[in-house]
Amino acid sequence: MTQKLIIIGAGMATGRALEHLLEADPGAYDVTLFNAEPRGNYNRIMLSPVLAGDKSYDEIVIHDADWYEANGVTCRFGERIAKIDRDARTVTAENGDVLSYDKLLFGTGSNPFMIPLPGHDLKGVIAYRDLEDTETMMGMGPDSKVVVIGGGLLGLEAAAGMAARGADVTVVHIMGHLMERQLDEAAGYLLRKALTDKGITVRCQANSKEILGEDGHVKALLLDDGTELPCDLLVMAVGIRPNTALAAEAGIAVGRGIHVDDHMVTSDADILAVGECVEHDGALFGLVAPLYDQAKVVAKTLLGEQAAFAQKELSTKLKVTGCDLFSAGDFAEGEGREDIVFRDPGRGVYRRLVIEDNKVIGAVMYGDTADSNWFFGLIRDKTDIADMRDTLIFGPAYQGGTPLDPLAAVAALPRDAEICGCNGICKGTIEDAIAAGATDLGAVRAVTKASASCGTCTGLVEQVLAVSLGDDFVIPAAQGMCGCTDLSHEDVRRMIKLQGLKSMDAVWQECAWKTRDGCAVCRPALNFYLLADWPLDYTDDPQSRFINERKHANIQKDGTFSVVPRMWGGITTPDELRAIADAAEKYKVPTVKVTGGQRIDLLGVKSEDLPGIWSDLNNAGMVSGHAYSKGLRTVKTCVGTDHCRFGTQDSTGLGIKLEKTLWGSWTPHKLKLAVSGCPRNCAEATCKDIGVVCVDSGYQISIGGAAGMDVRETELLCQVPTEDEVIDVIKAVTQAYRENAKYLDRIYKWMGKVGMDWIKEQVVENLESRAALVARFDLSQTIYRKDPWAEHAAKKSERYQPLANLTLEAAE
Amino acid sequence: MSDWIDIAALEDVPQRGARVVKTQLGCVAVFRTGTDQVYALDNACPHKKGPLAEGIVHGSSVTCPLHNWVISLETGMVQGNDEGQVATYPAQVVDGRILLDPAFLRARSAA
Repeated sequence: MTQKLIIIGAGMATGRALEHLLEADPGAYDVTLFNAEPRGNYNRIMLSPVLAGDKSYDEIVIHDADWYEANGVTCRFGERIAKIDRDARTVTAENGDVLSYDKLLFGTGSNPFMIPLPGHDLKGVIAYRDLEDTETMMGMGPDSKVVVIGGGLLGLEAAAGMAARGADVTVVHIMGHLMERQLDEAAGYLLRKALTDKGITVRCQANSKEILGEDGHVKALLLDDGTELPCDLLVMAVGIRPNTALAAEAGIAVGRGIHVDDHMVTSDADILAVGECVEHDGALFGLVAPLYDQAKVVAKTLLGEQAAFAQKELSTKLKVTGCDLFSAGDFAEGEGREDIVFRDPGRGVYRRLVIEDNKVIGAVMYGDTADSNWFFGLIRDKTDIADMRDTLIFGPAYQGGTPLDPLAAVAALPRDAEICGCNGICKGTIEDAIAAGATDLGAVRAVTKASASCGTCTGLVEQVLAVSLGDDFVIPAAQGMCGCTDLSHEDVRRMIKLQGLKSMDAVWQECAWKTRDGCAVCRPALNFYLLADWPLDYTDDPQSRFINERKHANIQKDGTFSVVPRMWGGITTPDELRAIADAAEKYKVPTVKVTGGQRIDLLGVKSEDLPGIWSDLNNAGMVSGHAYSKGLRTVKTCVGTDHCRFGTQDSTGLGIKLEKTLWGSWTPHKLKLAVSGCPRNCAEATCKDIGVVCVDSGYQISIGGAAGMDVRETELLCQVPTEDEVIDVIKAVTQAYRENAKYLDRIYKWMGKVGMDWIKEQVVENLESRAALVARFDLSQTIYRKDPWAEHAAKKSERYQPLANLTLEAAE
Repeated sequence: MSDWIDIAALEDVPQRGARVVKTQLGCVAVFRTGTDQVYALDNACPHKKGPLAEGIVHGSSVTCPLHNWVISLETGMVQGNDEGQVATYPAQVVDGRILLDPAFLRARSAA
């Protein structure tokens, strides 16, 4: 006898279940189909192509009215179920109709999660879930501004669709990289770059704070860092929650989703559930493959046949034109897990396989996903890959293929990329010179002048030669930066400038780093290069700094720290000395020492006491002396015309001015200055990195001194008549030094490489160049001239304390 | 295992960073890698007792801040040409919380 089946929800899972049911036994059930949306089953996955204009709604309909009629399905679309009476086995529709059932099938799907930010109920704030949302987005004009919250699959598809329609789109994502559940950092970086190229602005690690409105309509999104992102439409695509409200009201077992067993039966034997609303064995489902598996099982169960649903490995692909992206399996780092990574930044290709026990357990692919099915097969079938491991990463067609070309990055540079910054020579000019017969470095230099000035681009010029000439040119062995790359410091630095690399991820990716996240040698160097070259774009990464710069104090051999407050130009006051004495007593500082840089060192302070002692010193008006930094240390002075009978200028005053101008700046290595009031040179200015010796007619500025492992006298850079000019020249030379020198080269080493003549030209003779250097120095100082002690004492003091104290538990 | 000790939230330790947990027998360093793996090791380099928690974390290793010895966070073994090993302790992250096995405290007391 025909039984009554009522289905709640006409989505893709119940639709597929109906197809199986009707195909196996069309007469088994008399089916009534309720759906809250006023339409039948359509392919929700294809909403993104509809949004992007690649498809129309009609093309994505799965079941039209004719299909339902031909199969005898009673459709009640646009109607909700008000109530379920499980004892009587009836449902009550919204309009009061009571219908009885033999079997009830839940396919209520999921609801988009709306973050309850202030203003989430404004007009123009929508989710991205159904056809209505899609139509709202399609209705926006090409000049509109759209903000999408959520950098996952759905959010990015929405963003790309809107951008394709000409809208100005910003994606706001709370995590550090896009699609963090499916992608690792490197692939997330490539994806971000591709989206940025499509004109989409991407903001990661961005916390939404409030949605601002005007006349009841959304106006802007406010982030917690104070940034306001104006928008006409705000799309929230932060995730979905199974729609379980009706099931819970009916008293069926519900967790995060509606609990079902392997046969898709709920806690009530006559009620089944399928699709995104279910929870099976602790898991929820959002991708279509498992939903279709469930549909098959639920149809068999309804027909009294044996079938069981089992969860399988899943893979994800992003449906954004021009972003080929694939991820499958588990790609978290772990013990016993190894990575095989392939990068070809020139082509924008990235592949990573995670191997455990000679099996592939995870794969991330970007740029070229042609072999994704083959890799997915290896994961699913748990194939032993030991024999093909050497060439595995190249895919099925390349077993035994050639190794990755280390010159790919240089080969990929366009012809107009500037290789030699000093002489403004682009890659094309060098290539032309090579084609015309300049087949070694000397010849290229002679013809084009490339690498003939400061020489930092020598490595790149050699690589252009190698790319152009192939085997006919052998690159002289250059020292790689560290084990993570064969590129030298100079090469990496040029790539950062040339390619506009503004993050550590970008460098690792574009320069084909061999390690995941660098090492203790390259990370501090990269951090410096990035902040020196992109002060406004790059955010300093404390975790890539040596401990002294991370904790703004010098670590000692017993793990305690030393604290040195700044004494501008070596001048102090009784009040400051009293505050230092008080702090030394309060924090039981074992050693108080006068330093060679004319200030006072408090040695032996515990990490957890640092914020406290800083705060006390701050209160007395003192700031960090940066005695720990690769940056400005001190400006040593003599007393000059204030007191000295030989003084020719106000050396103390000039020293203070210099220190107040330069403090907080980061440089390749430490930077020590001194100003002497006369050629007797009591401040020992001629063995400093930069020294000023005052004379009657003005100021002699000399650079490149040292009094450490090497002892060197400075060389004269220039003599200038006024204090203002001293300050400008010193700012300019400092900026030239940090823009061009290798990390951990003091000025004298840098000078040895680029030559005094080149430096003179940049900062003394060419006034335009000097002014530009000064402007870039000043810009950088707007970010970095601040007291880290005050900031850390106020905002980060927690980090200086132990994470937990278990000494009490241990005693029990 | 019900007797894991809840130490702190994962976010309390910076990515590619570490913080210390004080115990009666010295400090244990809790590391968090760039991929959010968490490890617990004695906070003392086998070389000259350098505080490993203050080192630079890269991949699943840490470089000691005093003399640049590199130690595997997974095994505690010193890498490269140097020799030695640091004691490691069970650690895990559940629901965004860092958990340590109290057995490590007992092991430390017995040592």
